[in-house]
Amino acid sequence: MKRTAKPVFFIVALLILFLTYTSIWGISVQHGDNRITYLKGAGDIRWGIDIRGGVEATFSPDTTEEVTRQDMEAARSTIETRMVSNHITDYELNVDYDNQRIIVRFPWRSDETDFNPEEAINELAATALLTFREGDEHASEEMGEDGSIVYRTPTGTTESTIILQGSDIESAEPAMYDDGTGRMSYVVNVTMSDEGAQKFAEATERLTGQVISIWMDDVMISNPVVNEAITGGECSITGNFDAQSASKLANQINAGALPFKLKTTNFSTISPSMGESSLNAMMIAGVIAFAIVAVFMIVMFRLPGFVAVISLLGQVAVSFIAISGYLPFINSFTMTLPGIAGIILSIGMGVDANIITATRIKEELWAGKSLDSAISRGDENSFWAIFDGNITTIIVALILMGVFGPSNILSMLFGNSTTGSIYSFGYTLLVGNFGNFIMGVGASRLMTKSLASFKPLRKKWLYGGPAE
Amino acid sequence: MKTFHIKFYENRKIFIGISAAVILIGIICNIIFGTQLDIQFKGGAVIRYSFSGEIDQEDVQRIVQDASGKNVTVTLGQSMGDETDSSVSLSFAGEDSLSVEEQQAVEAALTEQYPDAGFTVIESSSIDPTMGGEFFLKCIISIIIAAILLIIYIAFRFKKIGGMSAGVMAIITLTHDVIMVYFTFVICRIPLNDNFIAVVLTILGYSLNGTIIIYDRVRENRRIMGPKADVADVVDTSINQTLTRSVYTALCTFLAVAVVYVVGAIYDLSTVTTFALPMMVGIVCGCYSSTCVAGPLYVMWQKHKKAVRAKAAE
Repeated sequence: MKRTAKPVFFIVALLILFLTYTSIWGISVQHGDNRITYLKGAGDIRWGIDIRGGVEATFSPDTTEEVTRQDMEAARSTIETRMVSNHITDYELNVDYDNQRIIVRFPWRSDETDFNPEEAINELAATALLTFREGDEHASEEMGEDGSIVYRTPTGTTESTIILQGSDIESAEPAMYDDGTGRMSYVVNVTMSDEGAQKFAEATERLTGQVISIWMDDVMISNPVVNEAITGGECSITGNFDAQSASKLANQINAGALPFKLKTTNFSTISPSMGESSLNAMMIAGVIAFAIVAVFMIVMFRLPGFVAVISLLGQVAVSFIAISGYLPFINSFTMTLPGIAGIILSIGMGVDANIITATRIKEELWAGKSLDSAISRGDENSFWAIFDGNITTIIVALILMGVFGPSNILSMLFGNSTTGSIYSFGYTLLVGNFGNFIMGVGASRLMTKSLASFKPLRKKWLYGGPAE
Repeated sequence: MKTFHIKFYENRKIFIGISAAVILIGIICNIIFGTQLDIQFKGGAVIRYSFSGEIDQEDVQRIVQDASGKNVTVTLGQSMGDETDSSVSLSFAGEDSLSVEEQQAVEAALTEQYPDAGFTVIESSSIDPTMGGEFFLKCIISIIIAAILLIIYIAFRFKKIGGMSAGVMAIITLTHDVIMVYFTFVICRIPLNDNFIAVVLTILGYSLNGTIIIYDRVRENRRIMGPKADVADVVDTSINQTLTRSVYTALCTFLAVAVVYVVGAIYDLSTVTTFALPMMVGIVCGCYSSTCVAGPLYVMWQKHKKAVRAKAAE
């Protein structure tokens, strides 16, 4: 048998230790106030609300009438606008059009001691108050977390003169038109009710050349200038729209004209302190469990056991890397408690791969084979068992991700509802199994073979064989 | 090197008998205790508050019932992982979710009665029954799809040793393990929730892995021992050869999960303990069933097939 070169062990082991270190602590440099992250560590992982605390709620329309897709879009946009105006930018929002549900998840920051989840949810679900007002005087401007400016609270004439309300609007939709130069521009077309058309005609006549602002609740969403008196009950809002911003504004206007209220059907909260203590508990459990497994492996399998501990570290690193994204431009996966369980299980599978290989090597040694042929036969004989075991677990993981993912294989039956926690269990189990192929099978074998070329390490006893 | 010579096929009646007895006990317990579904599946509401000082359980029950108009079960508990000294959880009867207004009313009524206790929500959940039911159905379907795909995979991979029978036997073994996990939930009075699904799916993968390792060895030994060798001998040899691995792996995983359980119990995290405990049972059952039940069952099927064939030849 061709022996593996001696330095291979050190190269693989150092590589694994580097990966482990960086996947946990990351690499970042502090430049004054800016921290530049080169590699993301475990601290950059985005934790699910079951770990860091937060709110999950499902809203559905409180009506027996038929609800259109456009209505749902409008309701979604109401919730989005309110999230942003409440400084909640780190949210997940899913709309299930078939079952008419809007599912919202957002974290509850631990510095907000007076945060009241019930009120926040009530506020999100409240009927949107849409107004068209004269002028665009406002009390405050602030920078939203996404970089856009949020204008708040009408003042002066803008506060006192309401031209139209939500009930005066029939619908709004984005449209494209050719401005004559061959370039396509986006506009938002608004259709008013008869009463609204009348009020709007009077106002636009009076305010030609001036501004009419559009508000949702307390936030100004648009402030177009009136070009001419509009009498037909239909107006177009032009501006620097692209496809996205035009449909956003149309949705926001529609939200104000929604014929139904939203009711909260599901509602769950977890306080941040509760979440923190679960995270601590899982971390402590992880470290202790790893230590016990490490001792067990080294005592039972000696040298292959020692190698197994290094490759298990590598497997943990692969899992962390796949979750945090590692590179700064890759978004972190949302990690939940069942996700952590998935990591623990895949490490169990990794232990198993190492145990199978080590016992096969041991068997060959007791059967009287030389060290080199025992190792190569042991590797060969154990491969397909490990392969089949891992593939079946991968099948289970893929099904979990398929069934519980955002858009799933059962969408036809159940719509796009989400249950994030099981999805993340599937994800960590899947990456853990790939990690197992790379580390538990690949790296472990390279390291064992390489160590076996060192003279002092060629004693069969070290591999579980009989003492010579 | 220590080798085992346990006659699994000869003693099949003992092994299968043990499983049957445990299942029987489980069924009896199930009849006595019934099955509880968590509100995640059936709908309903639970709120847990932290507070300081002393409160009276019956008093709390009366206040909450008045405020919400629903029957409620009040449980007082201590929380060691958190500095806040005590916790109280309210589970509301019925399958309807609790509206946000009702939830606020409950908190207001409690604060009025105990102004110094400082009630704060630790966790709350309120689930609509139709959505819960859908989620449950989805979980069951995912388990069924997984089982079908696994049979197909095994049948394909082990066609040399009678793939279909190997696949079916593996699934019977898995069903055995799932039933055991289910009984753990019933006997420990843990309501079935998404943890149940997570444990079942994990044990499916885990126990199947154990069974596959043995089948893999059977496949190999069939090649070594030749087609003439008695199927019972081939299987017994294979199980004995893989016994060290089966026990070590089960022990390792069991220890790791036990650590999770202990830490979870210290921190009073019911989501963690109700996951880890059935998992521990599942690991033990998975190890037992793949070594002591799957092999003998497979031999019985093979012998039965041979007998039928012999009879047809006559």
